[in-house]
Amino acid sequence: MSRHRGLSKRLFGYGSFAFRLVIVLEAMILIALVFNGKNFALLNPKGPIAGEQLNLMLFSGALLLTIAVPTLVLLYFVAWKYRETNEKATYDPHTRRGKFFVFSMWAIPSIFMLVLMLVMWPATHKLEPGKQIASNNKPITIQVVAMQWKWVFIYPEQNIATVNYVQIPTDTPVVFELSADESPMSSFWIPNLGGQLYAMTGHVNRLNLMAEKPGDYPGSSAELNGAGFAGMKFIAHTSTNEAFDLWVKKVQGSPNVLDAAEYKKLLVPSESNQAAFYSHADSDLFDNLLLKYNGSHNHKTEEAE
Amino acid sequence: MKELLLGKLDLNALPHEWFTIGGTVAFLALVLFSVIVITRLKRWKWLWSEWLTSVDPKKIGIMYFLVGGFMLLRGGLDAIMIWLQQALAPSIGIGESATGYLSAEHFQQIFTAHGNIMVFFVAMAFIFGLINYIVPLQIGARDLASPFLNTLGFWLYVGGVLMVNMFFMFGGEYAATGWLAVAPLSGAEFSPGVGVDYWIWSLQISGIGTTLGAINFIMTILKMRAPGMTLWKMPLFTWGSLCSMVMAVTIFPLLTATLFLMFFDRSLGTHFFTTTGGGDPMMYTNLIWMWGHPEVYVLMLPAFGVFSEVVTTFSRKPIASYTTNVLGMIGVSAFALSVWLHHFFTMGASADVNAFFGVMTMLIAIPTAVLVFTWIATMYKGRIKFDTPMMWFLGFIAIFSIGGITGVMLAVPPADFQLHNSLFLVAHFHSMVIGGVLFGIFCGLTYWFPKITGLKLNERIGRSAFWCWFIGFCMSFIPMYILGLMGATRRLDHYDASTGWQPLFVTMLIGGIIIMAGVALQLAQILASVIQKNRLRDTTGDPWGGRSLEWATASPPPFYNFTVIPQVTTRDAYWEMKQRGLPKPAYEDIHIPKNTPAGIYIAGFAFLIGFGFVWDIIWLVVASLIGVIIVFIVRGFNEESEYTLTAAEVQKLEEARIKKSQALDQDNGGYKETDEDMSLWELVKFVLAFGLDVIRNKRWRKW
Repeated sequence: MSRHRGLSKRLFGYGSFAFRLVIVLEAMILIALVFNGKNFALLNPKGPIAGEQLNLMLFSGALLLTIAVPTLVLLYFVAWKYRETNEKATYDPHTRRGKFFVFSMWAIPSIFMLVLMLVMWPATHKLEPGKQIASNNKPITIQVVAMQWKWVFIYPEQNIATVNYVQIPTDTPVVFELSADESPMSSFWIPNLGGQLYAMTGHVNRLNLMAEKPGDYPGSSAELNGAGFAGMKFIAHTSTNEAFDLWVKKVQGSPNVLDAAEYKKLLVPSESNQAAFYSHADSDLFDNLLLKYNGSHNHKTEEAE
Repeated sequence: MKELLLGKLDLNALPHEWFTIGGTVAFLALVLFSVIVITRLKRWKWLWSEWLTSVDPKKIGIMYFLVGGFMLLRGGLDAIMIWLQQALAPSIGIGESATGYLSAEHFQQIFTAHGNIMVFFVAMAFIFGLINYIVPLQIGARDLASPFLNTLGFWLYVGGVLMVNMFFMFGGEYAATGWLAVAPLSGAEFSPGVGVDYWIWSLQISGIGTTLGAINFIMTILKMRAPGMTLWKMPLFTWGSLCSMVMAVTIFPLLTATLFLMFFDRSLGTHFFTTTGGGDPMMYTNLIWMWGHPEVYVLMLPAFGVFSEVVTTFSRKPIASYTTNVLGMIGVSAFALSVWLHHFFTMGASADVNAFFGVMTMLIAIPTAVLVFTWIATMYKGRIKFDTPMMWFLGFIAIFSIGGITGVMLAVPPADFQLHNSLFLVAHFHSMVIGGVLFGIFCGLTYWFPKITGLKLNERIGRSAFWCWFIGFCMSFIPMYILGLMGATRRLDHYDASTGWQPLFVTMLIGGIIIMAGVALQLAQILASVIQKNRLRDTTGDPWGGRSLEWATASPPPFYNFTVIPQVTTRDAYWEMKQRGLPKPAYEDIHIPKNTPAGIYIAGFAFLIGFGFVWDIIWLVVASLIGVIIVFIVRGFNEESEYTLTAAEVQKLEEARIKKSQALDQDNGGYKETDEDMSLWELVKFVLAFGLDVIRNKRWRKW
């Protein structure tokens, strides 16, 4: 008996040690939160897609906590109540559980999961990355090519191109057509605007995003793709429609041109590239790159659906 | 000529980076030290005939623990290097060139090796070690269905361990592709070096060993149970192991095939997973995850079994609703085979496909939650003792719940688009693999340590070790969840200071150091237990008041496991036996499998085949292949693989053992009942005093 009282004392001793460390941890997290609140990209959605994705995260997290917290509390309470040293607690090794108890063990988590499934199924269809976003404004298309280790953006309608920098107007749906050239799989991700999608050679994945607030949002490759992976970053600058048009004009005045020769130069692997701007982009660059990997069999039509 | 003899191998392959040279020197020093010690003690023959060639699952289990423990330290060193790099990256160098102390290639090799080592060579090793040691005892068997297959499986695992460390000890590079070496990054175009080849062959060799081991354990559990033990009377750890091994047999051939296809792509120029020539890298992603996801459950299910055993024993109650618990484990293993696509919702599948796999993933949460409920119901109206195994269980529940919640969040495809490939995901699976699998392993090792060694482990230092692990885990992985929400992707070798991530990465590093302190304490715990062996010795064979058959035999068990094969009538077989009175020993002839070195030879040749393929040394491959075939044939013609231990010999051994344990009971080495387990401080004082004594009295001369 005395051994166990000593034990609880020791536990308490360690507990206070644990307590102090947790305080330190909490303090550090708090400091991070206070000074970097704006850095929580996933909690600061700047567009409808990221917003709905955040809501789903919060909903599923809250739903799961609703079952997990009581379960944990119950578990630790039962463990504490029926401790060996508690002489008041009944010890009954022969308790049998009724059918209803077993049934509810299966039923309770099933109900929670069913609710989550019922929310998840339509949400998955609604937020399918390839689905166009409803808006009064005409959507713009941007072709994105992942290379080693840079992002090339081609604006077919504006006939301009950029590297590691993309500018889009607010409140306008944007269709990013993602592909890759001479690069391993990469994943195109602008956390403030919405979830990622893979950019792969020979395929076009369509990612529909929209920005609601002007600003500079960081984007990157989320998928490891070789030595220059960490430096494969870009800025997504969102601005008003007028500012966007002005910017397009400005880029159209740039001396650089993205023709086949320049494109070839871009294909040479390079790391941590600065932003670059091209006043003109050959219109067949993107189609050629699909032909390069698929030959006569064109996946583009197949995947457009 | 040189190419014919040595393939791609030349002097450039030798280690020439500071960390590979360091690794090589450290390893060589360790080998040299071991060789000297073994030679001085004249133990080579003993080592070879008693251990290396042994077919006794208990000895193989211990060897799994030793190699796995060594690899845990090795993989932990990788973890510290990763944490250090990420904590320091923005502070080493200036501006754009602030890229930490490791180059991107080194960093990527390190996290790839870390993942491979921890999953294949640590977690798998410990799980297989526990299954080897405990399952035959729990089912009342003297032996395995195929002892040879078991030793072959173990040595193939060791071959894989050597292969994954070759770049350290011998030279070349390791894969810089992430632990699953996803195509096309791992293809010949983007990874032309030998790193991915080392990766392929280390997994190939150890994976084949796993398949063989799993087949053997399924046969053993299904065919070798004690009379009266029906499937529905099997202990829960055995059930978990059975589920796990059935899954392993289902998925590991898939890994073998996938690795062969990848090898063909890289070495023969085929186009299965290339981006050109009609290949499709997406196929690789599918295949590798069809194996990779269930693989985690192969590790998890035996751990569930361990927790069920521990909760029942320490609550002193049978498991509440045995059937539900077993169905829960079967449910988990059945669903686990059909959820793999949730690892790449972001690859562009349609909403229907994604949503289907989301549903399947959520279904898995149901049997998992049921398991937790059965544990709560088991503790209800029990008399719970809080020894260290129980602490590991209570810690597991907290971390595993966080991992479970975040796991189901990741199963919602639109949410996954945001969380995938972020540190949130990395934190999630570390919660499962550390909180679930590793805590389960530690729980099981503490619980069965008295069975394996005859010594209980020191409680005080064990408790501190647990708290270090638990707090260290929270400090290193809760910030990781937060970083994920900040948009930090995984596997970054550097990042801008302006992201505001650095304080959290530093917190993670501190947490990592606390975990390392936990590991050191676990080593200290074992040392302290050995020092206090007279106090902690268990001569009863049943130190915890156990319920299943492994406690019915001596600690450590004789090599034939049981003098009398027990008759089983109920679920908690040994508990029932204790209630009714133990049967009197009656001696009988016992058939024992003979030790064989065939497993070592075959694994050695398999290793050379892999090595030959890595460096394109064709003659070595052909010669080793012939070697494998010859050993198999010779082994196949060996008719005398067993010998008989007569009843008289068994009686002699048993009586000697009883006499010895009675002597030990009387001579408690001067320890009193009131003595407590050593504290860490007492251990330090003891070790210092011992060291001083050795130096003062020049005791090394005697050695």
